[in-house]
Amino acid sequence: MTIRCEIVSQDRTVFTGDVDIVVLPGAAGEMGVLPRHAPVLTTLKYGIIKVRKGDKEELFTVAGGVAEVQPDIITILADAAENVEEIDVSRAESARKRAEDVLAKGVPADTDTYLAMEAALRRSNLRLDAVRRYRKSSMRMHSSEN
Amino acid sequence: MASAREMRLRIKSVKNISQVTRALETVSASKVRKAINAVTATRSYATKAWQVLKHVAEQPGRDSLHPLLANRDSVNNTLVVVVTGDRGLAGAYNSNVIRFTAQRFDQNPTPVKYIAVGRKGRDLLIRRRKQVIADFSNLPAAPTFMDVSAIGRLAVGEFLEGKADEVYLVYTDFINMGRQAATVKKLLPLELGGEGRVEDFEHHASNGPVAAYEYEPDQREILDEIIPRFTALQVYQAILESQASEHAARMIAMRNATDNAKELVGALQLAYNKVRQQAITNDILDIVGGAEALAAK
Repeated sequence: MTIRCEIVSQDRTVFTGDVDIVVLPGAAGEMGVLPRHAPVLTTLKYGIIKVRKGDKEELFTVAGGVAEVQPDIITILADAAENVEEIDVSRAESARKRAEDVLAKGVPADTDTYLAMEAALRRSNLRLDAVRRYRKSSMRMHSSEN
Repeated sequence: MASAREMRLRIKSVKNISQVTRALETVSASKVRKAINAVTATRSYATKAWQVLKHVAEQPGRDSLHPLLANRDSVNNTLVVVVTGDRGLAGAYNSNVIRFTAQRFDQNPTPVKYIAVGRKGRDLLIRRRKQVIADFSNLPAAPTFMDVSAIGRLAVGEFLEGKADEVYLVYTDFINMGRQAATVKKLLPLELGGEGRVEDFEHHASNGPVAAYEYEPDQREILDEIIPRFTALQVYQAILESQASEHAARMIAMRNATDNAKELVGALQLAYNKVRQQAITNDILDIVGGAEALAAK
């Protein structure tokens, strides 16, 4: 028994597939969705979506959005989403550094820059966090094979 | 018949024009490709969003669910968002939208206000003495959702404040390169299963009765967030469709112009050659006549 999972962001379809379990960052906290879940409509926070099929696990970052859960399908409408494998670590790191530098100098005078920097910081932190988790879990899987 | 000199000038100017139209055609051709990509890229999100919204609306007691879903008993004011281009030279693209709008809303029983997206539409609406309450011109070539979400927010605001009891969206649906059709869509209160193309897409497997949702956080909060966003998304999608249509219309118009110019140059060249030949023949006749007159002496 699987549940269909569809992750779409505003500009593309990020993931489609039948999976065993989806863990997503709901408004009320982490939420695991199994097949035949009761219908739920929830907003998403910044966070990581985990999708598992058999022993294959995929991670996605999500920058807010909405998820609709039906017994046989879960539709995630993300404001922005990407597969962890697509994340460019060095870019995320330099983006974080840049944002931290700007914020360290004190609150920028105009609110737009401040908000943009804060969002950039949040985004890059999220990405780096996701990559760390992904590496850990793939390492675990790797060692269990040996 | 015009003199040979005048005709030469005319041929030259027509050739110059055809060069310009050909360049515009090439530019539009590349722009239309990009615009089509943008439309198809957002279509899957829009389709999914629409489905979710539809499920929400199928919940019992939709009129009390959220003010943006509620049909009002009496409609006193109508608001129309009209999407056109910023530039002309796109065949009948801009005037089609305005003509369609006029046909649809000029006989409207209630007063109609307009939000113009695109400079051409704004000018044409003002010329027709319509009440334009807002104008969004000079949108970037490939707008992001952020660039245009203000338009949706404004429409939602007008509706919630009671300044408008229904909101329509007029835009140009991109069907294919040769065909674009001005279309009207009811934006608010959200009408599900009405016009529009999105809902023709497959409805997902569970077609049975929809169980009541659990909402996280609470129902009001989540609907407050998603319904305005989806409304803005509809506007976004409409703008992308319109831009693809505009570029396609311009490309076709410019191609026709180039073809016409080519034809015209051909006809002019023929006429010019005749005039030129006539002049030469006359000259030869003069010389021959003169020579014969001399020989006769």
